[in-house]
Amino acid sequence: MQEGKTGIPVQGEIGVPDGAGVFEAGGAEGSEGAATEWRGVPRELLRMRRLMLVLTMPPLAVLTAVLLGWLVTPALAAAGALWLLLAAWCWQVLERNWRSWRYAERADDLLISRGVLWQELTVVPYGRMQLVEVTSGPLERHFGLATVQLRTAASGTDARIPGLEPAEAARLRDQLTELGEARSAGL
Amino acid sequence: MRTDAERTGRASTEPARTGPGMPGAGQTGARERRLHPVTPLRRAWAPLTAVVFLLKQDWIREWLTDLDWGWLAAGGLLAVLASAAYGAQSWRCTYYALTATELRIRSGLFFRRTAHIRLERLQAVEIAEPLLARLVGVAKLKLDVIGTEAKDELAYLGKREARELRAELLALAAGFTPQDAQAAGEAPARELARVAPKTLATAVLLHNAVGWALLTSAIGTVAAWWALDSVWAILAAATTGLGLVWAATGGRFMGEYDWTVAKSPDGLRLDHGLLDRKHETVPPGRVQAVRVQRPLLWRMLHRDWVRVELDVAGSDNSLLLPVADTATAQRVIACILPRTDLAEVRAALRPAPRRARGRAPVRAGCYAFAVHGEVFAASSGLLTPTLSLVPHAKVQSVRGRQGPWKRALGLRDVMVDTGADTTVVAALRPADEALEIIAGQAERSRTGRQEARPDRWMSEVLAK
Repeated sequence: MQEGKTGIPVQGEIGVPDGAGVFEAGGAEGSEGAATEWRGVPRELLRMRRLMLVLTMPPLAVLTAVLLGWLVTPALAAAGALWLLLAAWCWQVLERNWRSWRYAERADDLLISRGVLWQELTVVPYGRMQLVEVTSGPLERHFGLATVQLRTAASGTDARIPGLEPAEAARLRDQLTELGEARSAGL
Repeated sequence: MRTDAERTGRASTEPARTGPGMPGAGQTGARERRLHPVTPLRRAWAPLTAVVFLLKQDWIREWLTDLDWGWLAAGGLLAVLASAAYGAQSWRCTYYALTATELRIRSGLFFRRTAHIRLERLQAVEIAEPLLARLVGVAKLKLDVIGTEAKDELAYLGKREARELRAELLALAAGFTPQDAQAAGEAPARELARVAPKTLATAVLLHNAVGWALLTSAIGTVAAWWALDSVWAILAAATTGLGLVWAATGGRFMGEYDWTVAKSPDGLRLDHGLLDRKHETVPPGRVQAVRVQRPLLWRMLHRDWVRVELDVAGSDNSLLLPVADTATAQRVIACILPRTDLAEVRAALRPAPRRARGRAPVRAGCYAFAVHGEVFAASSGLLTPTLSLVPHAKVQSVRGRQGPWKRALGLRDVMVDTGADTTVVAALRPADEALEIIAGQAERSRTGRQEARPDRWMSEVLAK
């Protein structure tokens, strides 16, 4: 697939999720009436997750093979390969999952869509935001990534965008805070 | 050690104390007030329980029996004096002050604490009169504030003072100026509904909760009998079971006794309780969701009865009406959702499609959804059909969820989160319709917020 310079899939490249088709229609638009622009998350996130996979699965495979082969019977050592098969499958799944993460800033709310098998689509009005958090763990920092989390008065609101570039995360944070202040509403 | 701590505690109080006329109080113009003088008695419980705990220790009792009566009497007197001093001192350290924007509570003898309760965060005010307090003629004022786990409370205030303070708090929160708020006094209330004891008793007995309590206690007792075969185990299980049944019947009856809903400019006033009286005032604009329930036996025997619950952010009371006929419920709900007619909402409900039975064979028939006027409505529940209403303006976020199973059937759930931390789910909608609901709900919530009454609704009324 073709990618932008940063490796972020931009609008048009990613198939807009069937969960988002309605938001393309004019009627559901914000006051500006522009087409909803979906953004993906950087490919670095996928690299990070794949690295985690590569770092965990082979040791697990070796451990299983050694333990089974030593404790039970040598023939069972082949079972360690199951982990490698699983890793190969996860390699594919991670890519699909990474591709499924996307978000869109509309005039009055933020849309987040994610998931391949279990699809979730979240709409958070800017006026309802209580707090925007930008976090970055050690692993994320190593890959130059940050996570943006929105909090509303409802803890059920699960509005998280992982693996953003720090600059984009900061921009989003400032933008959301600004829009949130402008449109803020009480409980 | 105790005296040391007390001395330092007292020493640190001196500079912080801002009585009337002192600089700290003068700046904001707030008058710092103390709690009712009966409070020290309640505060004195803490050291006394410590004494009782000590007396339970064997070595202390043995040591005590060696002493003669004179020493014992002196020790007892000392303990009483110490707890009285502790109670009085902790009472002396507790002040509250009301300003135009916040209620400040200063408290703590050893650990000083000042709570600033901002009035625009105030969700509801409750006056509680536990039995003992009722005998003395004092009351507790509980404040529901968003974003705090524990309720801040003023215990105890004189009954009249509590009522006046509540009225003033609510008036200030509603947007009156401080001068007006003090002059306004307690707003007049108009009674909307009152539950007769007989109706309440019938309703409580016929509620599903009783059935569940009986069932659990029976199963528990039989299980204890089978598994342990000991009389004590059976007795313990039976007692626990009886406790459950009592909570579902007698406890509930006493708590919901004489349930009265009245309408006042401050909000809906809920008075209830047989032994422990409670008076809660809920500003209608702070209600996040309303639920109308019809338990199984009610539906079979008293077709018209409903139970109405509500969600207010930061409040633990969730009951609006324990039992009422539909017309009364409609009248009460109209105070919160003035443009919503229950019957119309029910008529507008669209059930989940037939193919939803593939996902939830039994319950699918109960799922229904409607958008009607100012509310997002969803119903669910087999034994207790519950209709949940969320005003569009109160929606915090909208979510859609679809797993593989639902995708195969072309279904999707729509979830609406409210500020009281509840989620209302319109379950198993056709996938395309669900997307339209999500998009539409985002739009309705946006416009709904613009049309909604302001938080300080009185300021709007006063401006006219």
